[in-house]
Amino acid sequence: MTSLDSVPRVRRGVRCTYDKTRDSDVVLFPEGVLLLNETAAAVVLRCDGASSVGDIALALADEFDGVQPDDVIELVDRLVARRVVDVD
Amino acid sequence: MGLLAELTHRCPLHCPYCSNPVELVQRADELDTVTWQRVFDEARELGVLQVHLSGGEPLARPDLPSLLAHASGLGCYTNLVTSGLGLTAPRLADLVDRGLDHVQLSVQDSDRLNANLIAGVKGFDRKLTAAALIKDAELALTVNAVLHKANLDHIGGIIALAEQMGADRLELANTQYYGWALRNRAALLPTRSQLAAALPVVQAAQQRLAGQMEIVYVVADYHEANPKPCMYGWGSRQLTVSPNGDVLPCPAASVITSLPVQNVQRSSLSEIWYDSPTFNAYRGTSWMQEPCLSCPRKEIDFGGCRCQAFQLTGDAAATDPVCTLSPDHGLVQEILGTEITPSRPAFAMRRSV
Ligand SMILES: C[S@@+](CC[C@H](N)C(=O)[O-])C[C@H]1O[C@@H](n2cnc3c(N)ncnc32)[C@H](O)[C@@H]1O
Ligand code: SF4
Ligand code: SF4
Repeated sequence: MTSLDSVPRVRRGVRCTYDKTRDSDVVLFPEGVLLLNETAAAVVLRCDGASSVGDIALALADEFDGVQPDDVIELVDRLVARRVVDVD
Repeated sequence: MGLLAELTHRCPLHCPYCSNPVELVQRADELDTVTWQRVFDEARELGVLQVHLSGGEPLARPDLPSLLAHASGLGCYTNLVTSGLGLTAPRLADLVDRGLDHVQLSVQDSDRLNANLIAGVKGFDRKLTAAALIKDAELALTVNAVLHKANLDHIGGIIALAEQMGADRLELANTQYYGWALRNRAALLPTRSQLAAALPVVQAAQQRLAGQMEIVYVVADYHEANPKPCMYGWGSRQLTVSPNGDVLPCPAASVITSLPVQNVQRSSLSEIWYDSPTFNAYRGTSWMQEPCLSCPRKEIDFGGCRCQAFQLTGDAAATDPVCTLSPDHGLVQEILGTEITPSRPAFAMRRSV
């Protein structure tokens, strides 16, 4: 289970990019595409294998109003389920 | 959306289970570099974000690096689908430089001798080398093994081989009967007891390797009660371009000879995708007949595979005969009853005539 101490990392073979056709940030992997909203994109960008979920939540609180640590945990959980990131 | 680009049908292997058509496209009829690049441009315009570079053996195209660079430059995710033969450290480094994201490497078996017999060439050790190169380059790796009568008993070994190769994903795909595989069906169809023995081995490995190596198991659909779905629906998220530029909703669809042939030399991808009778033929559900039309599963499996329906019944709009509700289901039962024999017929190896 993901906690504030978990350190997520974008998996090998996953590419984050911006898709102008859909006007959205996306993550690409061999089996599909995931559209990301602004917050999700900011989280994925910070899943660098060094920052913890707590660090990410802190960084995001500066940038986006009303993003709670629990939101970040939930988001990382969903990204793990879609095999976009893994956590140590 | 995903584009399967079959760059060539040339291949150093001769797998009898190959889904490529029995009439392989000849080298002289292959699209040139510039045309492929235009195809990628048009695909990107359509919304394609995944480009699978496949074949035949895509490494047999000397212009593979520039094709890959073009697709990657358009912002597409690039997947090289390869037998691994012909992959060298410098070639791989070049492809990585040009934006390669992922490699799908096929293996024939975990037993060297049997793997080489199935491939019709001594390729086993070269695949081990290819896998090591892919890992050294820190690329994401999917190993794909097509399962059939001659290798299903080694499924535990195949899983171990994929682990040894350091795969992130393993696809264990029971043979789909198109092209050469259809021709070799009697030599490939597994027995029920083979399938029954394989399943718990797969399930145990899925549990043991959870979080480490994802194992995707594709069931043997002739033996199932429900057919496999037609992709995500016909003409919904996938398209295939064959080596000569024919555009198909799926790689097997050239068997449906009742549909007109679309080609990138004559029309743009978007004309073909939106307006062609071929892509519109089985979109949605209104083309369906009973029992599919009033079946609750029609949005799940889309009536099964159109290519299989055509191959077995001659009507591509029929219910896939694999379905136990199909009036033609007896055909599949008869095939299973007559073609599965204790001895295995010889393989007709895939080659150009
Ligand atoms: C036709 S091959 C071409 C690429 C390359 N030559 C290779 O074998 O990896 C594309 C993929 O389809 C798989 N494949 C081939 N024949 C198949 C069949 N009859 N059913 C299911 N998968 C098949 C291969 O293992 C491979 O992963
Ligand atoms: S499945 Fe085998 S014969 Fe067919 S293209 Fe791939 S390596 Fe070649
Ligand atoms: S009747 Fe048609 S829709 Fe229903 S399960 Fe069979 S193939 Fe699928």
